[in-house]
Amino acid sequence: MTADSGAGSGAMTAALELEGLTRRYGEREALADVWLSLGAGQTLVVLGPNGAGKTTLLRILATLLRPHAGQVRVLGEMLPDAAWAVRGRIGLLGHEPLLYRELSARENLRFHARLHGVARERIEELLAAVGMARRADEPLRTLSRGMTQRVAIARAVLHDPELLLLDEPRANLDPAGSELVEPLIGASSGRTRVLCSHDPALDVAGADLVLGLRAGRQALLERPEALGESAVGELYR
Amino acid sequence: MSAVTESAPASTPPQAVVRGPSFASVVAALLRKELLVELRTLESVPGMSLFAVTVFVVFHFALNKDGVNGDEAAGILWVTLLLAALLGINRLFVADADEGGFDGFLLAPVDRGALLVAKALALLAYLVVLELVAVPAFALLLLEPSLGPALPDLPGVLLLGDVGVALIGTLVAALAVRTRARDLLGPLLALPLLLPVVIGGARASAPLLTITHAAGPQLRWLVTLALYDLVFGLIAYAVFDFLLED
Repeated sequence: MTADSGAGSGAMTAALELEGLTRRYGEREALADVWLSLGAGQTLVVLGPNGAGKTTLLRILATLLRPHAGQVRVLGEMLPDAAWAVRGRIGLLGHEPLLYRELSARENLRFHARLHGVARERIEELLAAVGMARRADEPLRTLSRGMTQRVAIARAVLHDPELLLLDEPRANLDPAGSELVEPLIGASSGRTRVLCSHDPALDVAGADLVLGLRAGRQALLERPEALGESAVGELYR
Repeated sequence: MSAVTESAPASTPPQAVVRGPSFASVVAALLRKELLVELRTLESVPGMSLFAVTVFVVFHFALNKDGVNGDEAAGILWVTLLLAALLGINRLFVADADEGGFDGFLLAPVDRGALLVAKALALLAYLVVLELVAVPAFALLLLEPSLGPALPDLPGVLLLGDVGVALIGTLVAALAVRTRARDLLGPLLALPLLLPVVIGGARASAPLLTITHAAGPQLRWLVTLALYDLVFGLIAYAVFDFLLED
């Protein structure tokens, strides 16, 4: 497979370009020889069983991990050398909410807003958008996982990032919560998205490109319309 | 205009981004968060203070004498403060490591040295509070001469030592927190590096703790402490970014 495999190739500007991306933890290859290209404003859905390398891929794209081989270009900047140039243009929503449990939702968002140079009005706007305005002053440790996830989503989009890296973003959210956050992290947000998912039936339909990982290897890279059910099922066997 | 503003896509104008954060505002945000978390959890300062007072009580009974003065008093005071400081150093980055604060900070487009400065200032504040509790307890339980005559000079000596402990402690804590043996590695790395601070602090403050209080703090030891602080301040700032890297 080549970098041209992606739906974003051609005239559209590439937001992500991976060429032979490899990352190891000690002797173990967590990601090996991943190639793809994704256009700006498009959505890449990453599928694969536990331990396939999905989180490692997100952390490399977020500049939190260094690639050990291959080339990684994010928002036009080569990583890791120009990582400083893309930090602040990326929003990461991982398994951890990246929030302090002893601080309230408002205090957490205010803290991140100051790190990103974001105005205070944006905090109130987002607290309302995720339905957390009423409980914004309670310590995070007293909130349910679903509520914490809503605050984490507000944190991830606080600085209006161009690229959203989402690791199972609907985890712990009830249907109402999922609906609330859709304008912020869904396809309608207009952002380039990389979405790690364990729910192909729900997420593949909204994708522009689907990457399947198995044991760190690129097992498939297809447009969703070209993706057969058996190909997805094969990933999880 | 911030880098964030300039680089945002035309399709999603970042109306909320008003300016890039300055180094000072990032340090202030980090320090505020640090102190808020400590005020709510009380995980570091009370433990450090209680530990120091307990050690003085142990010395009081173990030495079995009316009191200590001079070199002996300075040694006991500084070693106890150092050991109490280790408790704070060990906990300095735990909330960040356990709750993802490291990643949240690393994703921000800011100078990473701000984290060093904020953490060192927080640790410095903890040490000052520790000494507000520990020094009177030391005077009450162990010190033979009155603390009064030493007071004009002693806080300055303690502060010089605190700066060194805060800088080295922050550096070591950042290094240790990402390892599995962080509780062991922190003290093992910190103790040798902090030994010159203890030596300098004890030698500088010993004349203040004599019965006659014949002299002020020894200038050469104050200069040594200040130079050590400066050197480690520069080293810490130079290498801190690398410590945070993958």
